[in-house]
Parts: sequence; structure tokens; C-alpha cells
Amino acid sequence: MHRTGELYGHFETLEQQKESAALGMWIFLVTEVLFFGGLFLTYTINRHAFSAAFGAGSNTLDLTLGGFNTVVLIMSSLTMAMAVWSAQVGKKQLVSIFLIATVVLGTIFLGVKVIEYKQKFDHHLIPGAGFDIRYHAEHPTAADNAGKIAEEKEELEKAFAKDPDLNAHAQLYFSLYFGMTGLHALHMIVGAGLLVWLIKGSFAGRYTPKYNTPVEIVGLYWHFVDIVWIYLFPLLYLIDRHH
Amino acid sequence: MPHEDYLNATYGLKSWLLTTDHKRIALLYLGSVTVFFFIGGIFATLIRIHLLTPTGYLVTPETYNKLFTMHGVAMIFFFLIPSIPAVLGNFLIPLMIGAKDLAFPKINLLSWYIYLIGGSFVLYSFSTGGLDTGWTFYTPLSSVYSNSAVTPAVIGIFINGFSSILTGLNFIVTIHTMRAPGMTWFRLPLFVWSHYATSLVMVLGTPVVAITLLLAGLERMFHLGFFNPALGGDPILFQHLFWFYSHPAVYIMVLPAMGVVSEVIPTFARKPIFGYSFIAGSSIAIAVIGFLVWAHHMFVTGESTYAALTFSFLSYVVAIPSAVKVFNWTSTLYKGSISWDTPMVYALGFIGLFLIGGLTGLFLACLGLDIHIHDTYFVVAHFHYIMVGGAVMGYVGGLHFWWPKITGRLYPESLARTAAITLFVGFNLTFFPQFILGYMGMPRRYHTYPPEFQVLNVLSTAGASILALGYLLPMLYLMWSMRYGKVAGPNPWPATGLEWTTPSPPPTENFDVTPEVTWEPYDYNNRPDLGLTAGAPSPAPAHGDD
Repeated sequence: MHRTGELYGHFETLEQQKESAALGMWIFLVTEVLFFGGLFLTYTINRHAFSAAFGAGSNTLDLTLGGFNTVVLIMSSLTMAMAVWSAQVGKKQLVSIFLIATVVLGTIFLGVKVIEYKQKFDHHLIPGAGFDIRYHAEHPTAADNAGKIAEEKEELEKAFAKDPDLNAHAQLYFSLYFGMTGLHALHMIVGAGLLVWLIKGSFAGRYTPKYNTPVEIVGLYWHFVDIVWIYLFPLLYLIDRHH
Repeated sequence: MPHEDYLNATYGLKSWLLTTDHKRIALLYLGSVTVFFFIGGIFATLIRIHLLTPTGYLVTPETYNKLFTMHGVAMIFFFLIPSIPAVLGNFLIPLMIGAKDLAFPKINLLSWYIYLIGGSFVLYSFSTGGLDTGWTFYTPLSSVYSNSAVTPAVIGIFINGFSSILTGLNFIVTIHTMRAPGMTWFRLPLFVWSHYATSLVMVLGTPVVAITLLLAGLERMFHLGFFNPALGGDPILFQHLFWFYSHPAVYIMVLPAMGVVSEVIPTFARKPIFGYSFIAGSSIAIAVIGFLVWAHHMFVTGESTYAALTFSFLSYVVAIPSAVKVFNWTSTLYKGSISWDTPMVYALGFIGLFLIGGLTGLFLACLGLDIHIHDTYFVVAHFHYIMVGGAVMGYVGGLHFWWPKITGRLYPESLARTAAITLFVGFNLTFFPQFILGYMGMPRRYHTYPPEFQVLNVLSTAGASILALGYLLPMLYLMWSMRYGKVAGPNPWPATGLEWTTPSPPPTENFDVTPEVTWEPYDYNNRPDLGLTAGAPSPAPAHGDD
């Protein structure tokens, strides 16, 4: 496959090449929707069957960290869109700045996710033999607010009254929590890798109003990953917060 | 002095393993799917030998479970699904639409490597304990109870799915953006239309089976409970997700074969195809409706009567576009100037066998009757008529039809015709008795059977040995012809497609100059450049042993 400048030899024009790349990315995103779709269906059916356990599981998540991460990701979508725009209007320096901002925000998101995962690990909320949804309420640390722990205990008792097998069913919630956020995080890591590759290209001044296909299609991917989170956040964090 | 073509443009192992030429990648796929075909074929042979006697002396019951599982996994995921698209589709789509390559040549090569990695995991599973869950991986058998090597197999099929997704994605984009000037949508060969429909199914279905098998694999590795009733999960959910892909997967196998038949029939009937737009549209209709019938695999799971009625009805509906194709092919034959060349023998065989396979599918879509024949040899016979009688006949027929284009050589015609007839006879002898066995109540996946079923089982095994001969023959003479076959020339049949306007084998860039299409598809009455005009006797096809 020969290449003349930015044009690969099997294409006739740059427009044809760009159209192909963009269509390819859109189709790939469709496959991603169906890929995540299997998980969303599994979530829907299990949440319908075990709503008390899903509510109890959801309430153990840290709303502040989750909310913060949501803001971070929306910001990163904005900076990504700005990077695409900068490339289209030919502001080469801004492309690099916005791409770097995007990858920094993405990394912050992943860092916060690590903190959240560790918290779940400390609270015995990893599905398996050691899983115990009451662990945190019964083993509070000095840092915990005594009033909040009492509230947590009370809520868990109510939930167990509704579903005596809550501990088993809450494991389904956490399997899905780790499965869905884990798969999302994996997409973020891939996206961060793509961004680093773009940043290298932007330092070389490769993206111009005439040729900016890579920035645009990585942008599509990045927005998609954000949208997945926009669905995950309410479905995982906000399902039983009405008091 | 031979012209420079894609085969002799560069030499050496590296020039093949790192190629981005769709034609070379097609040949890489040809080699690797053939390996899996023979692995799956060995398992099939062992199954048929074992079933010669009612008590089955050859293997233990556990081994028998592994044999039919590994037969299914090798054949479905690693032979049938990639065979026509990744070999013939890969080779032909750019040639048929006048492009230099697929839209994403590197991704095309990547998909072959993904196939190899997935295949290695599965072969690792086969050789370290085997696999005994059935190719369907039903939970909780696969996720909890099976003692065989399920995890590597599931990982392998998961990985392999991305090969299929990338191929489908590549085809869709290529067909949209890479068509030569004048190659409008309604001038596309029907082979391209059927691959477009196939690609839609690959792109929309495969991700779902990928996530499903991933969940089942995670469940097995980490004792999670998505599909395990003991932990609150739902095994029926697995079946729904699995069949959401695996029913449409049947169309991944058979739609490309229909594309082959649509090319072969007008060529050897010397007539324009009848009802071009209906055949093209019916491919899309099959792909779309095919997504709405999956729960007909689950009529005995206790699903609601209304759901079952709906899925039964939709399964009947999907037969309509299939029938449209059969009617159009037969109308094309009507008053045609038919010659019995090898690809035509395969195409006609396809029509007959697909007809039987399709009609018995309607038996199975019928709610009351399905209760009686569910999970019997009737089902086994039905889907082998579609997959082997349909898809494999189309694949082997297509290989013959485009062999002169791929290799530049002709195969020995009379030997090839003998092999085609051998295959047809062997196939029917193998699988027709299984309809009767199933109707009489012999369940599938059992390693023993009552003695009164022995005669039909012996017939089936006898047929299988003829069938095996029918597969070995083309394998041998096609390889022979690559070196010793008569030189074919660009258009030996002659046929009207764009792929026949370039030399055989084609140059690396496919066409010396970008072609411009000014003619309608399948215009067999009006192509004086090929010696084809209405009323005049048409030129005879070139044969390797004339």
C-alpha cells in the first residue's frame, strides 16, 4: 500500500479517505452499543428481579466521587471537541493543548475510579466468598461518622426485611458494577492511548484544516465513551437515593 | 513472459505475513479455514464411526460429548462463518466494485491475526481436556459444572468475534465509499449485496455473543452469578443473548452462499438474472428479519405462549425472502441456455438442498410440531442441509467459479464435475436418513441409540464416507491445478462481472486503470465485447481438460 503524503494509495481523494474513516468509526461505535447492550440488558433484568439488593448496593457507592468523575468526563468531552475544532480551523498549538487537557482529565477519572475500587475492596464488596454487604456498617473505622453508620445499618435492615437473600443478590449488583465500570475504564485506557498517539502527531504539526481525520474519529470514540458513562452514572449510583 | 500479478509481485514469507493486499489475505484465510475444516471433519468422522453400532464401541460417553462439541465449535466459528466472506468476499469485493483494495487494508490483515489468536486458544482447549458443553455453551453447564477446558475456548471465540466484526465493518465501508465511477448501488453484483447484508449481521450480532461469552467466562473464572440460578442469575437470559447472535449467524453462513449462486446461475444459463432488485432486497430483508426470530430455539424453555407465537410467526416470515430468491433463480434458468459446468452443478445442488433445509425449518418453526422434534436428529439434519448443503456447497462452488481468477489456472472439468456429484450424493445419503431418525424420535447428542435405528445410522455413516471423498477430491485437484492447470485467461466462462475484465491472476492494484462501469449487471444478452448477444450462439466455457 503506497502512500503519498496523507493519502493512502488505494483511495482516490482525501475526502474519500476521510469519509471511509468516519463511516468506519461510526459502524464501530454501533458494535460498541451492542456490546454494552448485552450488559445493560443483564442489568435491567436483574435490577427488576432484585430491586432491594440493587438499591442497597447502589447506596454504598460514593456519590461525591461519582459526581465529580461525571463532571470531569463531561469537561473532557468539551476539551476533545475543542481539539477537533482547533484542528479544523488550523490552530496547531491549541490542538496540542486541548488534547493534553483531554488526556489529563481522562487520567483523573481513572485515578478516582481506582480510589473507589479500593474502597469497595476494603468494605468486602468484591463478589465471592468474602462478600459481606454489612461489613462496613459493622466494622466502622475512626474516620467514619457514627450517625451515618447508624443510618446505614438501619437501611440495610430494611432492605434485608424485603429480601432475606440480599447478600447473594447484592453480589449480582456488584458483579455488574465492576463489569460495566471496568469495561468502561478499559475503553478509557484505550482512548487515552489513542490521545497520546494524537498528541505526538499534533507536536509534529500533522493536523491541519485539510487533514484532521485522526483527531475527528478519535473524538467520536471519546464522546461515545463519555456517553456510556452518562448512562452508567444514574443506573449505578442514583437508583435509590430518594431520601 | 507472464505479467506481474499479486502472486509474483513480491516473494518470501514476510511478503505474505505482512501483506495488506486483500487478495493475499484471502488466500491466508483460505489456508487457515481449510485447516479448521479438516479438524472439524475429523471429529465428524469419529462421530459417524461411533454411531455405526447402537451401543457405540469407539469412544466413551464423555469423549462423545467432546467430539460433537468440538465438531460444532471448529466448523461454525472457525470455518463456516469466515469461509465465504473472508476468503471469496475478501478476494472479490474490491474487484467486483472496481476498487484497489478494501477501505482498511491493515485492519483486514489484523482481522486474520485475530482469527489465528482466537483459533489458537480454541485449539489449546481442544488439546488440553477438550470441550463438552455443546457448541451452544449453555449455562450453568458451561459456567459451573463442566470439567472440560471451557475457559480457553470461550476466550478464543470471544477474540475471534472481533475478526468477524472487523471484516464486516471493512466490507460495509468499502461498499459505501470505494465503488468505481458508474458502479451505482443497483449495478452492484448480487454477491456484493449479499455480503453487505452479511456484514450487517456480523456487525450487529457478533458484539452481543462476545459480551455474552465474556460474561459466561467471567462467571466460570470468578464464580459470579449472572446466569447461575443458584446465585440468583437467569440461565434463560444466556440463551436469549446467545441466540440473538447465533440465529442470525446462520445467515452469516448462508447469505454469502446465496451471493455465489446468484453469480453462477446467470453465467451458465446465459441470461440476465431474473428480478435483480428483489434478490438484492431479499438479502437485506433476511438480515433484518433474521434478528427477530431467535427465540424459536427456545420453544421448550417455558417462554410465554404469546412470545412463542410471535417468534413462530416471524420465523415463517423470514422464509418469504428466502423463497423469493429460489423463485428468482429458477426463473432465471427458465429458457436459459444451460451448461453443466462444475460451478453450475454446485449452484443447482445448492437450490435443491437449501429448499429442503428451508422447508424443514418451517416444520421446526411450527409450535406444536417443534415439541415433538425438538432436540432430535430432525434438527441436526435440518441445519446440516442449510449449513453444509447450502453454505458449504456455495463455498466450494464459488471456489471453482473464481479459481481461474484467483490462480490464473483452470481445474480439470470432468474430475471436478464428478466430485460435485459425489458430494451431492454423499451429502444426501448422510443427512436424509437423519430426518427420518429424528422424526422417529432419536435425540441428538446421545452416544447410544435403540437397535431399530441402526440401519438408518449405517446409511448415514456410509454417506459420510462418500462425502469425505467428495471433499478430498477438490482439495487435491485444485492444488494440482495451481501448478499444472491450463492457463485460464481473464474471462474463461465468459461472465459479465467487473472482476473478469482484469487479468487472471489480477495485478496487485487490481486494475491497470480505474474502470468505469457503463453497462447494467448480468447483461448476458447485450455484451458483444464478450461475444454475448441475444439470439446468437454464446461462446462455450473454457475447460481445464478440453
